[in-house]
Amino acid sequence: MDREETSARIAALIEPFNKKGIAIDDTTRFTDDLEFDSLTVMDFVAAIEDEFDIIISMNAQAEIETYGQLVDAVVKLQG
Amino acid sequence: MTEAVSQPDQPQTVEGGDMTGDRDLFSKFDPLIKMRSDLLSTGVTDPFGLVMERVISPTVAMCNGRETILLGTYNYMGMTFDPDVIAAGKQALDDFGAGTTGSRVLNGTYAGHKAVEEALCDFYGMKHAMVFSTGYQANLGIISTIAGKGDYIVLDIDSHASIWDGCKMGDAEVVPFKHNDIEAMEKRLKRIPEGAGKLVVLEGVYSMLGDIAPLKEMIAVAKKYGAMVLVDEAHSMGFIGPNGRGVAEEQGCLDDVDFVIGTFSKSVGTVGGFCVSNHPKFEIMRLVCRPYVFTASLPPSVVATATTSIRKLMTASEKRAHLWDSSRTLHKGLTDAGFQLGTTEPQSAIISVIMPDLERGAMMWEALLREGLYVNLARPPATPANMTLLRCSLCAEHSAEQVQQIIGMFTRAGEAVGILG
Repeated sequence: MDREETSARIAALIEPFNKKGIAIDDTTRFTDDLEFDSLTVMDFVAAIEDEFDIIISMNAQAEIETYGQLVDAVVKLQG
Repeated sequence: MTEAVSQPDQPQTVEGGDMTGDRDLFSKFDPLIKMRSDLLSTGVTDPFGLVMERVISPTVAMCNGRETILLGTYNYMGMTFDPDVIAAGKQALDDFGAGTTGSRVLNGTYAGHKAVEEALCDFYGMKHAMVFSTGYQANLGIISTIAGKGDYIVLDIDSHASIWDGCKMGDAEVVPFKHNDIEAMEKRLKRIPEGAGKLVVLEGVYSMLGDIAPLKEMIAVAKKYGAMVLVDEAHSMGFIGPNGRGVAEEQGCLDDVDFVIGTFSKSVGTVGGFCVSNHPKFEIMRLVCRPYVFTASLPPSVVATATTSIRKLMTASEKRAHLWDSSRTLHKGLTDAGFQLGTTEPQSAIISVIMPDLERGAMMWEALLREGLYVNLARPPATPANMTLLRCSLCAEHSAEQVQQIIGMFTRAGEAVGILG
């Protein structure tokens, strides 16, 4: 799956978590811009893992701050 | 998860100081300092500043000059004042001195340390036991040592801080799943790359809501995927299971648990931690586990009290039955009074009362203290779903009368604070 298609699928998944309807681009930050707390992060990560059948470990999550970084990580994890 | 702290169990990254400021390393704590001073300026008693001036029994202490029923300790089996336990401690002080001043692997292993490990092997019916200086260090040491780089740790998201910190200290990939969710756990195990080592970490009783894990089902799934299983039975030892070995014994799956982690600071009534296991190579842990090697061993009096207490807990079935009675009575009494509890049925010695919000939770906590009752106030972010909880942990030494008294105190305080209609 290419980056564009991965990004489109993640964009659809993020919808229910984006409570304030913030416009999202690659620089959008999960904690600062989308105000995700740890519980939201857990549910959101689980949704992505299920969609792509991958594991995003806590170690990998620690390196992901922005939407763009998440898309890149998911592309990479799909191999 | 834990109470009495203003931080989540899962470790958070704390940002460095403000580059434009004076670079005081403490400035990162300013939001917390402000939150505390705001709370205390309302005149409420500091929920984290309670001092017990005198301890009268496992269930009663003097707090702020007032006799107070203790319903927020982990003294589940009331062993702290057991005469045999105290006598053993005094004897060990006389015979072996106040402390060992050394590591278990150097000069810190006395006859008492071997004796307490033997008592643990007998208690659990297992081949190996390793005693740490605290329960926190037992999780920290075992988890960080057995799961290395390239291995995977799959753990419940509501795990205790010591489990999270053990994960953080080690080099394994850390994969949490939703609390007690068997399907979520299985999905993650299924996705782990072939050939990687796997450790599943579970708790018997989760201390925030006092709920238990479906260990039998979860362990069966873990074994299906070839994972080793570590179960923290800190809050069940001595009480749950026919021999007090914990939730895994109660559910008939203790034989499938590779590592049981436990503590002396709850039912055993002193301080210390341990791991018991049947793994044939377990003894090597004594040489490779850093939180075991690089710290002083427990004082002789502590291991002597623990040994006596553990051996008495093996045959404490009457106490266990009484504690279950108290748990059922308190659960029903508080439910009937109109409180919302963390579990619909009593599952452990912890009864968790859900408060509508932090402000009324703090008011209720203080009203109970004025009534002469101490419970634990647990608050976000240390709680599941950011709940504010008043956590009641029962002791086998609470009398039936005390339990009725407690229900009366809760009802009066609940009405005064406006939580009960």
